[in-house]
Amino acid sequence: MTYRNDPYDPKQVALLDQAALDEAVAAAKEAFANAADLDALLSVRHLHLGDRAPVSRARREIGALPPAARADAGRRVNEARRAIEEAFSQRRAQLEKEQAERVLAEERVDVTLPWDRRPRGARHPLSLLMERITDFFVAMGYEVAEGPEVELEWANFDALNIAPDHPARGLMDTFYLDKPGLVLRTHTSPVQARVMMTRKPPIYVICPGRVFRTDELDATHSPVFHQVEGLVVDKGITMAHLRGTLDHFARAMFGPEAKTRWRPHYFPFTEPSAEFDVWFPAHRDGPRWVEWGGCGMVNPRVLRACGVDPDVYTGFAFGMGIERTLMVRHGVSDMRDMVEGDVRFPQAFGVEL
Amino acid sequence: MRVPLSWLREYVDLPADLSLDQLESALVHLGLSPEAIEDLSASVTGPLVVGEVRDIEELTGFKKPIRFCRVDVGQANGTGELQEIICGATNFGVGDKVVVVLPGGVLPGGFAISARKVYGRMSHGMICSERELGLSDEHGGILVLPPDVAAKPGDDARPVIGLNDVVLTLDITPDRGYLMSVRGIARELALAFGVPFRDPGAAPAPGATPTPAYPVEVRDPVGCDRFAARVVRGIDPAAPTPSWMVRRLAIAGIRSISLAVDITNYLMLELGQPMHAFDLNRLRGPLVVRRATPGEKLTTLDGVTRELDAEDMVICDDTGPISLAAVMGGETSEVIPGVTTDVLFEAAHWDPVMVSRTARRHRLFSEAAKRWERGVDPQLPLVALERAVALLTEYGGGKAGSEILDINHVRPLAAVQFDATVPAQRIGVPYSPDRVVDLIERIGCTVVREGDRLTVTPPSWRPDLTDPADFVEEVARLDGYDRVPSILPPAVPGRGLTEAQRRRRSVARALAENGFVEVLSYPFVSADFAEQLGLPADDPRRAAVRLANPLSDAEPLLRTTLLPPLLATLRRNIGRGQRDLAIYEVGLVFLARPEAGPPPAMGVADRPSDEEFAAANASLPHQPWHVAAALAGEVEPRGWWGPGRAASWADAIEAARIALDAAGIRGDRVTVRAAEQAPWHPGRCAAIVVDGRVVGHAGELHPAVITALELPRRTCAMEINLDALPPASLTSAPRISTFPPALIDVALVVDESVPAADVQRALVEGAGELLESIRLFDVYVSDQLGKGRKSLAFKLTFRASDRTLTVEEAVAARDAAVAVAAQRFGAVLRGA
Repeated sequence: MTYRNDPYDPKQVALLDQAALDEAVAAAKEAFANAADLDALLSVRHLHLGDRAPVSRARREIGALPPAARADAGRRVNEARRAIEEAFSQRRAQLEKEQAERVLAEERVDVTLPWDRRPRGARHPLSLLMERITDFFVAMGYEVAEGPEVELEWANFDALNIAPDHPARGLMDTFYLDKPGLVLRTHTSPVQARVMMTRKPPIYVICPGRVFRTDELDATHSPVFHQVEGLVVDKGITMAHLRGTLDHFARAMFGPEAKTRWRPHYFPFTEPSAEFDVWFPAHRDGPRWVEWGGCGMVNPRVLRACGVDPDVYTGFAFGMGIERTLMVRHGVSDMRDMVEGDVRFPQAFGVEL
Repeated sequence: MRVPLSWLREYVDLPADLSLDQLESALVHLGLSPEAIEDLSASVTGPLVVGEVRDIEELTGFKKPIRFCRVDVGQANGTGELQEIICGATNFGVGDKVVVVLPGGVLPGGFAISARKVYGRMSHGMICSERELGLSDEHGGILVLPPDVAAKPGDDARPVIGLNDVVLTLDITPDRGYLMSVRGIARELALAFGVPFRDPGAAPAPGATPTPAYPVEVRDPVGCDRFAARVVRGIDPAAPTPSWMVRRLAIAGIRSISLAVDITNYLMLELGQPMHAFDLNRLRGPLVVRRATPGEKLTTLDGVTRELDAEDMVICDDTGPISLAAVMGGETSEVIPGVTTDVLFEAAHWDPVMVSRTARRHRLFSEAAKRWERGVDPQLPLVALERAVALLTEYGGGKAGSEILDINHVRPLAAVQFDATVPAQRIGVPYSPDRVVDLIERIGCTVVREGDRLTVTPPSWRPDLTDPADFVEEVARLDGYDRVPSILPPAVPGRGLTEAQRRRRSVARALAENGFVEVLSYPFVSADFAEQLGLPADDPRRAAVRLANPLSDAEPLLRTTLLPPLLATLRRNIGRGQRDLAIYEVGLVFLARPEAGPPPAMGVADRPSDEEFAAANASLPHQPWHVAAALAGEVEPRGWWGPGRAASWADAIEAARIALDAAGIRGDRVTVRAAEQAPWHPGRCAAIVVDGRVVGHAGELHPAVITALELPRRTCAMEINLDALPPASLTSAPRISTFPPALIDVALVVDESVPAADVQRALVEGAGELLESIRLFDVYVSDQLGKGRKSLAFKLTFRASDRTLTVEEAVAARDAAVAVAAQRFGAVLRGA
């Protein structure tokens, strides 16, 4: 190794001077800071981190140093480069963040605009109420029984201890068909007879359905309306079980404070019979008793007519008007709102009651 | 039944300080549903006094006679001077006692009285008519008090005219005939309050004499098991009915007619025994009680001439029928006010079934008929006659005949046997046997007790007590329903909703969630509904069931399809200003079985046989569940997003698909194909087919139907027979492949007449197992395709379950698909 061959050139290694490195870092930081957006930032990157950037050229000059100085110079160059790279990535993150924010700001919409493009439908509240009542009893193990709307006079009347000349037949305002022996059912009670004709006790059924009477439509009457009826026939059933069931039901429909009150009444198909009122704390005109339905112990004559031995089985039955229940529970004041088919009525309730 | 409390108090010692609340509570607990309890003393407030007319000055120059009266009202006006009052009535004279309301008083209806100038004079109060006082509808003149009235001028008029009373309006259930009387209600109130009851039906009355009061022959002792009569002769034909009686009749809604007739009505109200008064001198020969012969005629007291039925009972004399027994008397023998001097009172007992049928047949629901069909105490006739004779001679003079007729075939009520423990078993309240016997005896029964075995004979007024259950009710009722405990029976192992019930709910919910609103229509349709819908002559939907007594003669049939009522509902909504409508209904339709006769007669003593019951059910119309929907206007409204979209045939078909999907019928079981079915547009109607069977139709309605039913243009509808749907299948779960799909679009050119669904089915069959899904995304028609040709563009998604498909595999599958379409329909790959 000769002196002449020594490539050391003090002029060339000036780039490794600490002041020069500091200046390169400062210049890079300034340039990055001045870049207004990501494009500008990327366009100046090569000036400070590219092959011809001062730190890159300084690295190449390390070899010109005496071996003892190289480690120190290398460390200083790396530090400078790292500082520039960090400045770059900080600035880039900042600019990316700013750009993302700008995009989000530009994409802002008026979320209060309506989107009623697909109009909503609705169930009829009478259907919803019947289903709600049905579900309540199904949860207690009852099954849902159904019958025809054009019904046998026998099932609608005779089997229910309403003989052909019974005054109650006159009270029912019956639609008769032109074929003798058939009627539009005046109540859901014929379903009781059908259930007892076709099943063996124990019987626990709930019978929702549409019924018909020859009443003209007005604010409180409709020739077509709905009832729901319950029937239990089993060994050892008492009127206390009837009260327990109705109280439980009343609480489910009218709140935990609800209770029932019985008034002696007459139905041919139950004996003893009662009409019952429910205490409704949330009534829109203040807490009060409201008439709700009829109930009683199944008349042994009905059991016999339907093939159930009244010496072995007893039963209870109850029923109420769905329209009436809806009127009380939801403050409907005019029957016509429920039955004329005006879509605004179901739409007010939606698909859940 | 409307009855004043003062009348009840004559027979039951109710507490003097009885409040209206106590009274109402007692009536409710007894089961005598009080519809109203009116305190009449509250109906007129302020000074209402007895006045005596002292001076009348007739004013002239007005359209009607006007009187300026000076009336003595004692010290009621504070001065003792005569009260000056203008009056428009003329039915009174000087010296008459009248009812005066002084300034400050308020009459029923909130009519406040003050001193004011009328007809040129100051009037200080008003002389009242019965209607103004709310006593009756009488407004022919003012109320003139009877001359013998004890009150003097200035006294409170309320007690004098019965305005200090309480009036009960009770809804009597059809089983308790005995409650249609003062006697029965007083008896029940005595039970409720535990106070003494004096039974007016148990008053002493003389029995039959060897010589009858009048010759009578009862030819049908089943229809008439008792007939009693007495005579009063020589009454003053002009004798007025006492005002207290008129008032009590008016409260019950019965008009005063003549003294003799009023007495019969009064005793009907008091005892519950309907009676009849004949003019003795208008009877011709002996009376015969018999069934009518068909076609016989009788003019009843309401002036209607009635043709009689063989089941009706009549009372006849030599001239023929003179009375429709138990229901209404005839004109020829009626008592004539001012003429009749000799009266024959009749009190009988009639078969309730006979009366019920007669009343219904002639639509004559008289007060008498209402009582007969509910049951009347057969032990009352002689008591009622004794009272009638006494009242008539007291107020009308005359002399009672000593002869008494009583033809009596009444059979005692049957005794009922049951165990004294039965009420406790049925009710769940531990009534002791002693308590049971006590309560049953209190309602008038005779009880023979051997251990716990009871033999109970009901009293004559309780023909409703025939079964042990009837006594169970009486025990529970009198002990109090409030004492029945509340015990919830344990839950039983139920099976939940049936498949059909779940399906109906699911369909209804799905349609609601897809924008349809549920409506519930009446099932009544017009006689020409089939013509309006354009149904062909052999359409099964023409087999409608007819009502014998429709509410409206315009709608005598029941729907065989849900559409007519549903479309009427659509029209009603449009009439109320709606434009865009999507509605649906789930309900029964009724298809007649004309070949089936009426149901067989079935008894109630025992269960009908299964064969009888099946035969009876076969006579019913077929009543399947249907679902139907109708659409009009825009199904998507115009909005800030752009234009709206009108409802079309396609929405109706989609509604059908939604319903089927909700019913658990997967799309691969459903076929939609073109159909021609009324009332749809023949070119825009689809048959909805499940497993090869048509279950309904959907599309746009026929323009002629739209015109006939006055519906909006392009109204669309669908209807499906839910009961015709096969069971839902158990869906097999798909295998979810995680490999990437290969998507290929194909456009096929076919004849315009080729249904898109058929082309799609061909593609599916040709593509094989690799095809995951297919979707038609464009239909294109242009001259460049050739006349009568169309292009159908499908997006095919291929995917394998075990590998990533190569392009070659996907293209091969596509080519196989297109090949089947080409072979079947001559489809040409567009651009190929």
